[in-house]
Amino acid sequence: MGALDFLLQGLATAADPMLLLYALIGVTLGTAVGVLPGIGPALTVALLLPVTYRLDPAGSLIMFAGIYYGGMYGGSTTSILLNTPGESASIITALEGNKMARKGRGGPALATAAIGSFIAGLVATLLLAFLAPTIVKLALVFGPREYFALMVLAFVTVSAAFGDSALRGLTSLFLGLALACVGIDQLTGQARLSFGVPELLDGIEVTTMAVAMFALGEALFIAGQRVQVDDEVTAVKGSVWMNRQDWARSWKPWLRGTVIGFPIGAMPAGGAEIGTFLSYATEKKLTKYPEEFGNGAIEGVAGPEAANNASAAGTLVPLLTLGLPTSATAAIMLAGFQQFGLQPGPLLFATNPTLVWGLIASLLIANAMLLVLNLPLIGLWVRLLTIPKPWLYAGILLFATLGTIGANPSTFELGMLLGFGVLGYVMRLFGYPIAPIVVGLILGPMAEQQLRRALSISQGDWGYLLHSPIAATLLGLAALALIVPLILRARGKGQVLAQLAGDED
Amino acid sequence: MKHLVLVSLFAGAMALPAMADYTIIAPANPGGGWDQTARTMQTVLQEEGISPSVQVQNVPGAGGTIGLAQFASQNKGNPDALIVGGYVMVGAILTNNSPVSLKDVTPIARLTGEYEAIVVPAASPIQDMAGLIEKLKADPGAVSWAGGSAGGTDHIAVGLIAKAAGVDPTKINYIAYSGGGEALAAILGNQVTAGISSLGEFEAQIQAGTLRLLAVSSPERLEGVDAPTLKEAGLDVAVENWRMVAAAPGLSDEQKAKVTADIEKMAKSENWQKQLADKGWMDTWLAGPEFEAQLDKDIESTAAILKDIGLVK
Repeated sequence: MGALDFLLQGLATAADPMLLLYALIGVTLGTAVGVLPGIGPALTVALLLPVTYRLDPAGSLIMFAGIYYGGMYGGSTTSILLNTPGESASIITALEGNKMARKGRGGPALATAAIGSFIAGLVATLLLAFLAPTIVKLALVFGPREYFALMVLAFVTVSAAFGDSALRGLTSLFLGLALACVGIDQLTGQARLSFGVPELLDGIEVTTMAVAMFALGEALFIAGQRVQVDDEVTAVKGSVWMNRQDWARSWKPWLRGTVIGFPIGAMPAGGAEIGTFLSYATEKKLTKYPEEFGNGAIEGVAGPEAANNASAAGTLVPLLTLGLPTSATAAIMLAGFQQFGLQPGPLLFATNPTLVWGLIASLLIANAMLLVLNLPLIGLWVRLLTIPKPWLYAGILLFATLGTIGANPSTFELGMLLGFGVLGYVMRLFGYPIAPIVVGLILGPMAEQQLRRALSISQGDWGYLLHSPIAATLLGLAALALIVPLILRARGKGQVLAQLAGDED
Repeated sequence: MKHLVLVSLFAGAMALPAMADYTIIAPANPGGGWDQTARTMQTVLQEEGISPSVQVQNVPGAGGTIGLAQFASQNKGNPDALIVGGYVMVGAILTNNSPVSLKDVTPIARLTGEYEAIVVPAASPIQDMAGLIEKLKADPGAVSWAGGSAGGTDHIAVGLIAKAAGVDPTKINYIAYSGGGEALAAILGNQVTAGISSLGEFEAQIQAGTLRLLAVSSPERLEGVDAPTLKEAGLDVAVENWRMVAAAPGLSDEQKAKVTADIEKMAKSENWQKQLADKGWMDTWLAGPEFEAQLDKDIESTAAILKDIGLVK
C-alpha cells in the first residue's frame, strides 16, 4: 500500500463517531488549557495519560492529537484578547493581536488565527505525512554552528522589527539577554547569577516572565493612569468576521508562516518561538502597511499563528522518524506510544504503518475539529472585552497568578511574577518595548549554548563557524540584513521613505 | 486532655491498617524519566488497590534538588508523601551545593535502572571501544562526547571512562545537551565523535543500523544486546542510572515499614512488571539496608569523580 492509501484508510478509521467524540473532547480540553497561562499541553497530556490506558490506541492517539493542536491554538486566544500569552509560542501574537482587539477587531484577529492555524496545520501535517524522512535528514545537518547562525539571523531580523527607537529596543533586548544568564550554565553545570537562591538555578521561566511583562505590567499601567482615559476598547467595530481585505492580507502570511514554522519545528533544537519571531519579522518587512505594525496589523497575527501551528506538526517529524521528542508534549506522546508497545524510531513507519497513519489522520481530523469548535466561539470570546475594565483586569491578575502557581508551586516564583510585573509597568511608563526582553530571554541561552558547543567541538577554532555552507549562508543573510538598511539610510533616507509612502497609495 | 490524646491515639491505631492516599512528587517537568516513573507508580498503586487515590505533583528544577528541598521541608513526619529521585539527583546535589541532600529524606527503595551505552555514528571510522580509547589517549580534546546535562550520569560515566583509561578527566571534551534526545540528533548528524546516554535512548537507532554500539556500562553482558561491557573492553567502569522512591523525613519505624511494604507490593505486581517491559526499564529492586549501603557507595564515588572532572571543588 502506498502512503496515500494508508492515509485514506486512517481517515476512514478516524471518522468513526466515537473517535470523533474523542477528538472533540481532546480539542476542547486542549483549547481550555491553552487558554490558561501556566498549564500547558504537556501537563494536560501527562494528566490524561492514565485515563487513555482504557481507550484503544486509535482513541487515545486522536485525543492526544486534539489536545496538542488545541493547546497550540488556545494560547492565542488569551494573547489576542487579554494580552496574556498562555504559551511562549504565542507571545508574538499578543503584539498585534491585542492591538487589534482593542480597536474592536478582536473577531477578525481570532478568525485569522484560527483559520491560519487550520491551514498551517493542514499543510504541515501533509508535509509530515509525505516528506518526514527527507525533512529529518535536512534537520540533522543542523549542528551547533548552523543553529548558532540561525540564532544570529533571528536576533538581527527581530531586533530590527522592534518599535520606533532602536536604542530602546536594544536596551530591552540586552536586559533580556542579561536575565538569560541566570541559572545553571548547561555546558559546565555551574550556577551563574543565582545568588544562592535554589529557584534561580534553572533560570527564569519564560512563561512567568512573559505573563508578568504583558499581563501584570499592563494591569498596573492601566491602574496607574490617574485619569481614566478611555482608550477606545470597543468589543466589536464592524463585522466580527474577516472582511475581504482581511482575507487578502492574511492568506500570504498564513502560507509564509507555514513555510517558516514547519522546518524550524522539525529541527531537534528549534523550538516553536523562533518560527514565530522570524515570521513576524518577515511580515513586517514585506507588508504594504508598515504603519499599522505596532498598531494592530493583521499580518502580524496571521503569520506567527500559522508558524506556531506548523511547528507543532514539525515537532512530530523527529518524534516519528527518530524517536526523538523535541518538546515536553512530544516526550509525553512518546510515553503514550510506549504504552501500546511501540518504539518510535527509524523503523516505525515500516513496522507500524497503520498506527502512524492513524495518528496523522487524527491530526487532520483534530485540526478540522478545532476550526469547527473555535469559529462559532469567536463571537462569545470577544464579549470578554465588554467586561468592565476593573473586573477584566482583576480577572487577568487572578488567571496570571493561578497559572504561574499551578505550573511552579513556589512562593519565589510568585514573587518573581510580581517583580517582573513591576518592571513591565516601569518599562511601559518610559516607553520601552516589552517584546525584546522576552525574545532575549528565549534566544539568549540557545545562541550561547550553540556557540559554545560549536567552539568546543572545534577546540576553539572560530573559523569552524564559517566552514559549513549553511552556517555561512545564514550568517551572510544576517550581515546583509544588518548592513543594507544602514547603507540605504546613509544614501538618503528621504528617497526610501518616499518610496515607502508611494507604495501605500 | 488525656482523653483527647487517648482518643486520637486510638483513632490513629484504627486508621493504621487503612490505605494511604499517597502524593508523589516528581521533581521534574512532565515527560521526563522521573515524571514517567511517578505516573507509572500512580497507575499501578491505584489499579492494584494498594492506595485508593494517588496524586502526582511536578516540582521541576535544578536536577531535582528544588523538588527535594521543598519535599523535605514541607512533609516532616507525613507518611503519605513520596518523592521520586535517582542517580542524577546525587550528582546535582553535589554540583549545586544543595542545602538538602538524600540524608534529609527517608530512601525507601531503588525501583528501576538503565545502563549507559557508548555509540558512534555508523559512518565513523571507529569500530570498537579500543579504537575510541586509542583516539582518546592520543588527544583527549579531539574526541567530543555528546550526552545529557553537565554533571549528570552521562558526564560522570565519561569521566570514569577517561580515568580508567589513564587519561586526565579534566581534559575530556564533553558537549552537554539538555537531554539524550538532543544529543542523539548531534550524534546522528555526525557533529561529534561519540555519544553516551541510556541504552533505551539509542536502541531504535542501533537496530536500524544508523548508530554503532561500542559498549554498555553494565557489570555483566546484557541479554539481547550485542556489545561488550566496559569491563570486557578493559575499563573498570560500571554505571547505572537508577531511579528510586523516598519518603518524608522523620517517619517512625512502623510508618517506614508500612510505606516499604506498599512499595514492595507495587514493585512485585505483574502490572508493574508489564509497565517496565513496555517502557524498556529494568527492574533493579533494592530496599532496606542493602539499598542504603549502595546509596552511600554511589554518593561517595560520585563525589570523587565530580572532583576529578572539576565540577565540584
